Amino acid sequence: MELTAEPLIPGAAACGPCLALSAPISFWGGVDPRSGTIIDARHPERGLCIAGTVLALPGTIGSSSASAVLLELVHAGKAPAALLLDAPDAILLLGLVVAREMGWPTPPAFRLPAAAQPALAGRRIVLSTAGRISCEDRLPPPPG
Amino acid sequence: MALRIVAEAARLMAAPRLIPIASAHIDGALYHGDSGTLFAERLVQDGARVAVRASLNVGALAPAGCAAVRLPPHERDMARRMMRAYEAMGCEPSWTCAPYQAGHRPAAGSDVAWGESNAVVFCNSVLGARTNRYGDFLDIACAVSGRAPDYGLHRPANRLATLLIDVTGLSQELRRSDVFYPVLGTILGRRAGSAVAVIDGLQGCTNEDRLKALGAAAASAGGVGLFHVAGVTPEAPDLAGALGHVPPRERIALTAQDVAAALAGLSTAGGSERIDAVAIGSPHLSLAEIDALERLIAGRRLAIPLYANTGRHVLAPLERAGRRKALETAGVVFVADTCVVVTPILPQIAGAVLMTNSGKFAHYAPGNTGYAVTYGSLRECVESAVAGRLVREPRQWS
Repeated sequence: MELTAEPLIPGAAACGPCLALSAPISFWGGVDPRSGTIIDARHPERGLCIAGTVLALPGTIGSSSASAVLLELVHAGKAPAALLLDAPDAILLLGLVVAREMGWPTPPAFRLPAAAQPALAGRRIVLSTAGRISCEDRLPPPPG
Repeated sequence: MALRIVAEAARLMAAPRLIPIASAHIDGALYHGDSGTLFAERLVQDGARVAVRASLNVGALAPAGCAAVRLPPHERDMARRMMRAYEAMGCEPSWTCAPYQAGHRPAAGSDVAWGESNAVVFCNSVLGARTNRYGDFLDIACAVSGRAPDYGLHRPANRLATLLIDVTGLSQELRRSDVFYPVLGTILGRRAGSAVAVIDGLQGCTNEDRLKALGAAAASAGGVGLFHVAGVTPEAPDLAGALGHVPPRERIALTAQDVAAALAGLSTAGGSERIDAVAIGSPHLSLAEIDALERLIAGRRLAIPLYANTGRHVLAPLERAGRRKALETAGVVFVADTCVVVTPILPQIAGAVLMTNSGKFAHYAPGNTGYAVTYGSLRECVESAVAGRLVREPRQWS
């Protein structure tokens, strides 16, 4: 399976297990800025950790401090490896814009429609800088 | 750097140009970790000053006194540095999430850059000024550059309602009660997402604090930045006007079942009668809400602490009138400049339950404080605080 996502915040190629959230989330109050654990008591993926994942977000809701939580995750080394968003979100993505301004290593963000996200859930995926998504666990075995 | 950040946000949101703004409300001065402090200090180092009036949302500390904040020394120091950095850029030390009740009320039709989700909704919906939901960092970047990307709710065409929520099927009694509005806001947030809705059937039922509670709940349950109330809010002289004289894309007639489901979702403590603390004031309490609290306490003493979250704009007149001391003697704990959900104030107690009349507290308290939540009216909150256990009043939720 191969998909292409539109780059929003460009960055280096990224890979990681895809955590595809089944409901929109507010980063502030929904994700612990120190650990990356989902703490929203009503969220279906509560208790899972977004650090190092390719995080697919069907939507973002709630607080305007989402950017601050994402910046803190980047600074603390607990950010997702990459973000896949249904639509550009000026609040969340600002965390990455500021991280870049501060000179910190910044994960890339891409646009991928919510409908295309569930198929990636749980797969280990690789994202090129241009937004090409390939599932590592479906790649043919290396020659030899 | 500020203008670069604004320009990058404009690119991301496909805004064709930047527009001048009249004011800003800055949500970025709340400590979430060292990164935000480092960013604010970088701006100060670069000589950044706000170009427009900029009020400040809550911080993580309480310089105006009141309840003790249990932040460890490093975090306390970084939070204080962050608050100082924003003040050094010329922001007003308002430290409230209800700036619109602390003298910052932009004119209808003016473009502003406001952060804090409840303040954004109030500014757009109740004041009729135009702002997108500005996140932390973009708010201060806009305030420093005096510019904002021209897209979204800055454009009149995007301010028309596409969703109609009809509440005329619910009783007048319910529509005229404070406790209904956070529940309605939760439904609005869930159903609207980030779409603009017009609510029909609230003419003569609302007041400013009810609209404040409605917007705050809607902005925590969804991505709502603007709603209209037909015949009430400034851009909804009537239903047809709010919809731009076009039929709505979707029409939802609320039923008693919808209300009951949303009401149940606001509590996470199940049927427990246990209450360890009461918290009110998200958004920050107005003087009118303190008046109501005082009337309901009626000189009695509370058995468990009631945290009254508000701003210095309310605390100062209370202090002058001697009312603060009387309320504190009764057992009210004032929390000013911050609130119990954004910084550690509530004591850590295993299995604790917080009672609140705020949809926003009900939404965020479990994740941020570890307390389970029981939602109820202000009267139920006060009676429960007096009794030291959950007290319900009879009410028809239909």
